[in-house]
Amino acid sequence: MEPTISFFSGFGRQDILFMAEAAWRTLLISTISIAIGTILGTIFGWLLYEGRIWATLFLAPVLDAFRSVPLIIQLVLFYNFVPIIGLSLDAFQSGLVILTIYTASLVANVARGGIESVGKPMRRAARSLGMSYWQDLRYVVLPIGTRAVFPSWVGVALGVLKDSALVSVLGYVELLRASQILMTRTQEPLLIISIAGAFYFALSYPISRYSAKLEKRWSQ
Amino acid sequence: MFDYNFHWRPVIRSLPELLEASLVTLQVATLSMVIGIVVGLGLSVIRLRLRGPLYWLATAWVELARNTPALFQLFFFGFGLGAFGWHLTPYMIVLVGLSFNNAGYLSENFRGGFQAVPDTQMRAARSLGMNLWQTYTRILVPQVLRIVYYPMTNQLVWAVLMSSLGMLVGFRELSGETQFFASRTYRIFEYFAVTAVIYYVMVKFILLASRLLATRLFRY
Repeated sequence: MEPTISFFSGFGRQDILFMAEAAWRTLLISTISIAIGTILGTIFGWLLYEGRIWATLFLAPVLDAFRSVPLIIQLVLFYNFVPIIGLSLDAFQSGLVILTIYTASLVANVARGGIESVGKPMRRAARSLGMSYWQDLRYVVLPIGTRAVFPSWVGVALGVLKDSALVSVLGYVELLRASQILMTRTQEPLLIISIAGAFYFALSYPISRYSAKLEKRWSQ
Repeated sequence: MFDYNFHWRPVIRSLPELLEASLVTLQVATLSMVIGIVVGLGLSVIRLRLRGPLYWLATAWVELARNTPALFQLFFFGFGLGAFGWHLTPYMIVLVGLSFNNAGYLSENFRGGFQAVPDTQMRAARSLGMNLWQTYTRILVPQVLRIVYYPMTNQLVWAVLMSSLGMLVGFRELSGETQFFASRTYRIFEYFAVTAVIYYVMVKFILLASRLLATRLFRY
């Protein structure tokens, strides 16, 4: 084996493009699942808060299960479950479904916390002003609650962005899978894994800094 | 539509191996937690007290651990370090990767914990004649560990869930063992369903044990 490390052999410009495209796919699957998962999760959170017997008996344990089983197991399980019930979903669709439910299960807790953070007196005041239940929810609870739990929501969203790397087990070529493919071909593991890390860092770090800044500004 | 025959017998036959592998999972998660707590405490003290290169090193560690996927971190320790001629065993990859990740996440918790302990504690301890090391180990750290007890149990749960990534670097913990059996028998769904249940039980067991421990520990 040669003692010198030759960095750029076999790793060309088109490979950077390949990785950028894969980063786009990472962004695609995580953005869609975060968007749908947030909407679903908010509804779930509201159901949990309202505390109907159905929600606490059925919804809460199901959401809890998605938080207590590793995402990678969920993905493999779902991917192999789909053909059993006679459907056919590709890696992207299966990954999207599981990531969305996973996001929803995490957001549900955040949303419930947000609704709880709006005090009872505030809500009674809104109702006393003549607002309907939905108006109270829309114009009082939503703005105040969002503000209270926005940082934790950002945490969930960034977590999903990072966890989307696991969809690679199903064969979806996202950023980490792409870097694995390139590592196998070029035998430049350190360089390529560092580029992949830089991509992730560049996606995640600015958002987390921005949310920390917002949190500080809002808490003043 | 539903013409799939479930075969649970092979899973039941290999249940002892799976349970043994789940002990490996618990072991590596616990060990990475212990390392993570020690290193995380060090990182947070460095970030709170020092300036200069050590501060930047600690900050880089924390931000990298928090802003890149755990799977990326495992790949880095697994494949990336090969460029320096360091080839870790699968066990070490998972242990080092999880410890790196835990330390990063925990240090942010500890930082909050240290800030929550009043400054007067430090001054009181120092004026009683304790040196800096004694002040930290006997006065500050015990209080911090108490403050961040629940975030720490969450992190332990995360460590158990994250250790499932060992499957992708060839480590035979619960998930790796499951995949091994699943690919030998082609009963992928059945095996992963049982594994999901085992993970769920493990997580619930950890949470229950930590609640019980908390009632014993935090009795004044």
